[in-house]
Amino acid sequence: MNSIDPSDASLPLRPDSSSPGRKILLESDQIERMIRRMAHEILERNQGSCDLYLVGILQGGGVLAKRLAERIQAIEGKPVSLGTVDITLYRDDLSTRASPPFLKESLLPESVDHKKIILVDDVLYTGRSVRCALDLLMDLGRPTLVQLAVLIDRGHRELPIRADFVGKNIPTGRDEVVEVSLEPQKETVALLRRTIEKDPA
Amino acid sequence: MSDFLTSSHLLSVEDLTTDEMNGIFRTADSFLDLSSRTVKKVPSLRGKTLVNLFYEPSTRTRTSFEIAAKRLSADVINITTSQSSVVKGESLLDTVRTIEALGADGVVIRHPSSGVPEWISRRVGCHVINAGDGLREHPTQALLDLYTILKRKGRFEGLQVAIVGDILHSRVARSNIRALTRMGVRVRLVGPPTLIPQDTKGWNVEVVHDLKEGVRDCDVVMALRLQLERATASFIPSLKEYARLYGISPGILRIAKPDVLVLHPGPINRGIEIQDEESFHSHSGILDQVHFGVGIRMAVLYLLMAGQ
Repeated sequence: MNSIDPSDASLPLRPDSSSPGRKILLESDQIERMIRRMAHEILERNQGSCDLYLVGILQGGGVLAKRLAERIQAIEGKPVSLGTVDITLYRDDLSTRASPPFLKESLLPESVDHKKIILVDDVLYTGRSVRCALDLLMDLGRPTLVQLAVLIDRGHRELPIRADFVGKNIPTGRDEVVEVSLEPQKETVALLRRTIEKDPA
Repeated sequence: MSDFLTSSHLLSVEDLTTDEMNGIFRTADSFLDLSSRTVKKVPSLRGKTLVNLFYEPSTRTRTSFEIAAKRLSADVINITTSQSSVVKGESLLDTVRTIEALGADGVVIRHPSSGVPEWISRRVGCHVINAGDGLREHPTQALLDLYTILKRKGRFEGLQVAIVGDILHSRVARSNIRALTRMGVRVRLVGPPTLIPQDTKGWNVEVVHDLKEGVRDCDVVMALRLQLERATASFIPSLKEYARLYGISPGILRIAKPDVLVLHPGPINRGIEIQDEESFHSHSGILDQVHFGVGIRMAVLYLLMAGQ
């Protein structure tokens, strides 16, 4: 598969000794540098942090949004609005599931009206979560604009959605899973092969 | 990861485990946030149809279910039996089968006979929700009462609740007794001997006939409606005497805990079971019950109907 970012060729596909089949793609210092670069890009594109509102898509986007907000605050020297949204109620696959998932708590301390919203997620895949989050934001009010920031873009889009800020493009197969952990000092991005459970019959 | 309602109907609080009740409360928390938004709707039940089938009068339960379903984007149809084919002699089962054939995904039923929702649920394919059957159960009312207690008191363990009034004719009391005792709440039934069921042995409750003794040290006082339409009046000497002996007044509440919470399922017979409510306004949870009722019913409808 062709990669979008030429630097992908140098990805250190280091096998994880503790779990065969799991490959670590990015490690702590690389991820930290990516977050720092994304923070600068967001500020450059929006000419500062005025009216910026970082909104993480739960589960994975919450921590990344917080990390980006801390970075932006450190650069600009003033606090930036931060929130999270739970998109469960807007999912398009609810009626195909055996039972509905439990809800997580959205936390939006400020109104989204007249704000520049930076939607944040850890992995961009089909684009369906972003569609949910966009619909939810429109129900909450009228932001000035909405941009999308993701740590990993793994391709396979099913909707016309693209990210404005990308940490890294990583070409993947549909049978693979991208695992992002943002635990401080132990940040990793790993690639796993999805184990297909054999039908006993 | 998550625990779900094991049944596809809500017929009785008896069917719910404590985990399931806590799951409903947790889900209701998320739905209450919606009521402060500009657009109070979410698309979770879009394309689904809920029918409110009420064989008894109701304002708050029916309206509450209707608002809950509409906020989840379901289509809602209200059938009031006095204006339906029921007056032409259509049987209950025929009515429900017709509603199902019209494409309903869920039916909310209130009926004067105990056990009707359960009987219906075994004969149709859609979700059945009991909105009150005879003297048996009113599960969503009990859930919203418990939820109001949880929100105002922050816990269930160690609480003392007095249920005051016509226990005999009250499905609200029966559902509440089941749910409260399950959650570890101590329950005291207070009322004249004629309005308390003969056999309360298996209920795990204390029975008291004197109101002052009944509300002593209570965290919550739940007043029941005197069901005048069920000829309750023939069980008591006079309404005036009942009001004097069992009416919740500011004076009576002084005997309870200083932070006592007063609940009433509504509609209130003012001056009879509740007197001078204005003077104990800060203790009243009655409007909270209405507000939280929408969140509880959204949670129930979501957990029952969003999947599948």
